[in-house]
Amino acid sequence: VDENQSFRFSQWEEDPDVASAVAAIRSLLEFLKRDQSETILGLRENMTKAIQRLEETDSSVAVSSGGELFLRFISLTSLEHPDLSQCKNVMIERGELFLKKISLSRGKVGKLCHTFIKDGAKILTHSSSRVVLKVLENAAADNKRFTVYVTESQPDSAGKLMAQKLHNLNIPVTVVLDAAVGYIMEKVDLVIVGAEGVVESGGVINKIGTYQMAVCSKAHNKPFYVVAESFKFVRLYPLNQQDVPDRFKYKADILKTVKDLNQEHPMIDYTPPSLITLLFTDLGVLTPSAVSDELIKLYL
Amino acid sequence: MGDRLTTSTLLVTEEDEKKHEIIGAKGEGKELTKEEKQRLRKEKKQHKKNKKDDRGPPEKEKEKEKASVPAPSKPATQSPAHKAAPVPVNASASESPVAAEKPAKSKAELRAERRARQDSERASKQGKKEGGQQSTSSKPKATPNELQPVVKRLPDHVQVDDPVALKKLAKKLERQQVPLRSDYGYKVSLFSHLHQYSRKNPPTQQISIPVTVIHPSIVRLGLQYSQGIIAGSNARSVALLHAFKQVIQDYSTPPNEELSRDLVNKLSPYISFLSQCRPLSASMGNAIKYIKKEISNIPSQCKEEEAKRILQECIDSYINEKIILASEAISKYAIEKISDGDVILVYGCSSLVNHILCEAFEKQRKFRVIVVDSRPRLEGREALRRLVKKGIRCTYVLISALSYILPEVSKVFLGAHALLANGYVMSRVGTSQIALVAKAYNVPVLVCCETYKFCERVQTDSFVSNELDDPDDLIVTRNGKTHLENWQTFKSLGLLNLVYDVTPPDFVDLVITDLGMIPCTSVPVVLRVKNVDQ
Repeated sequence: VDENQSFRFSQWEEDPDVASAVAAIRSLLEFLKRDQSETILGLRENMTKAIQRLEETDSSVAVSSGGELFLRFISLTSLEHPDLSQCKNVMIERGELFLKKISLSRGKVGKLCHTFIKDGAKILTHSSSRVVLKVLENAAADNKRFTVYVTESQPDSAGKLMAQKLHNLNIPVTVVLDAAVGYIMEKVDLVIVGAEGVVESGGVINKIGTYQMAVCSKAHNKPFYVVAESFKFVRLYPLNQQDVPDRFKYKADILKTVKDLNQEHPMIDYTPPSLITLLFTDLGVLTPSAVSDELIKLYL
Repeated sequence: MGDRLTTSTLLVTEEDEKKHEIIGAKGEGKELTKEEKQRLRKEKKQHKKNKKDDRGPPEKEKEKEKASVPAPSKPATQSPAHKAAPVPVNASASESPVAAEKPAKSKAELRAERRARQDSERASKQGKKEGGQQSTSSKPKATPNELQPVVKRLPDHVQVDDPVALKKLAKKLERQQVPLRSDYGYKVSLFSHLHQYSRKNPPTQQISIPVTVIHPSIVRLGLQYSQGIIAGSNARSVALLHAFKQVIQDYSTPPNEELSRDLVNKLSPYISFLSQCRPLSASMGNAIKYIKKEISNIPSQCKEEEAKRILQECIDSYINEKIILASEAISKYAIEKISDGDVILVYGCSSLVNHILCEAFEKQRKFRVIVVDSRPRLEGREALRRLVKKGIRCTYVLISALSYILPEVSKVFLGAHALLANGYVMSRVGTSQIALVAKAYNVPVLVCCETYKFCERVQTDSFVSNELDDPDDLIVTRNGKTHLENWQTFKSLGLLNLVYDVTPPDFVDLVITDLGMIPCTSVPVVLRVKNVDQ
């Protein structure tokens, strides 16, 4: 399982454009190929252990949701072949298919969303999201003129990275303080954010500060759009901020070393579905209440 | 279901006469004999056949008939129908009183005939005006192909102020030999379409002894319902299923009858009687639907003993799966949502919520409970008793103290009587009040409900379909004085004792079912998934 970890890291380092969940799934697929177990049950157990190991390394919501979905996807086939190696081949085939599908999902989301950006629009976004970048890229390629405001997004200043990337695409961009969201809200026309996880209620889990932005945009009656790929759908149902499990809120190494979590700053927050206007996914444009429908179809 | 067919008036009156004969021939406590039943059946078939042949004028008359009968979609049919107004007027007039008892024809045959007729008419009539008319008449033809509108008739128990519906109900009960219960006291005008019974006049008083038509365990069950001895959605359903088990045990197939058909017919008067004692709940409705389906699925070559055994097993497995195991599954999910240090608010006495709290306490979760109660039922006392016996720390308040106590609360757990198809929660009166105030204080509201209580009905307010309990329950004696004792003597005074109310899905954060945790808006998805399974 150690080589699994190294594989994943190497892949991630290779391509900063790849979502952490995709990298995780790729490494799970490699793990599947190398697995030596004799029975299907043993195989499943090993996969579950591998997923847990990956979560320990990078405790983001996306990794856990991607892993679970991967497991479901490959085992949803009828594994009635008497020979284990045949079963494994079927599973590997389906795994490759799954991987190919989700690699294309970001493009699909981009194509869906960019039509919602009108010419002359002012967009507010939060922190750095590759999906939002893709959407803005598509809109720029469509010869639309728009300006972007990005929040700094402390503590890791990911917003500045996003601003740099947008600047490279020749999109006019301004970096604002996290505290200036209420100030800037009256100027913007719409808010687009990415998501680390989409939960059963239709709410999203994203970088800390997203909830604030959602509340502000609701107060100003501005549409709040979330763009997320379908592998980020996760079977959680938080009732409020406290209800989000600790293993998602803090980074993995902090969870291991620090005793009193009350002194730590959480990295993510939960935005309830009442504040979200629409979700753009590769399954289509969904309202928050339709997310549960899609989840039931995916998981049941 | 919306299609009404006309036929010659002569045949109609003959039908009426024969029916009266049969009803007259029925003696006290005797059921229709086999011959009479067969005769009725044969006449119905004859009637159907005649309607099929007698298609000439009725094409347009049918459209007019549809317009006169409360059919949902086709206002456009009025225009072509008016063209042929003179002929169908008398036919439809005589049709309407008897129309209620005609069986509906199969849609495919009707459609084919209508299409043939319209083709011939289009060929014969020429001119733009006719063409325009044909296009409007063809449009309503198109819609039944795609939409197949079904006329949903209002159930009897919400049409108490309509004398026609009351008469129909009275006739039906007379035919089934079930006593009709009369309403009691002055009804508030907003709720005059609902029944209001008094506990002092149970329907069992009017049944003669020995009972021949209604099984004694059903009589006992009806009395227990009407006196409030068995209350609570789950308890009523389980009691109903046990009574049905007894009925099936004592049932013996009459000669030349099939168990699958006869037993279903035997159950109908029982169900009418029970709904006279107390209106059926959604959970009971679903249970009855399930039993009827199981009974009619019994293969005809099955021996009686074998069939009875199968049915008993079905009922047992239904109770086990849908109620007992479901509550286990729901507790498992709900316990994840209870964290240490929680202050949980519950309302009234829900068997499921009590079960969840007891389970959570056994699993060493640290929490305390606030039990909210309301008059006149004061069911919270029963919940309090059960929780305190387990050793859970409880506080007891009346619902008027709700906004005082809510800042302390971290979660609200509510039970449900039924979950409607548009996501609304129907529960004991007072529940929507609690959900509303909890929303105002940003306290999460969790509703716990088994999937067998999901019903396909849609309701947005608490007026349309509700239950009125005995108004005398509101009378209370304090300090030796009973102020409302003579409330009947004041003409303008009405006492209203509502049983249920409806909570909109915006106030509910989470619904915990045996299928998992879903948002309130996903109830139709679950219903759809269930229908696919079945």
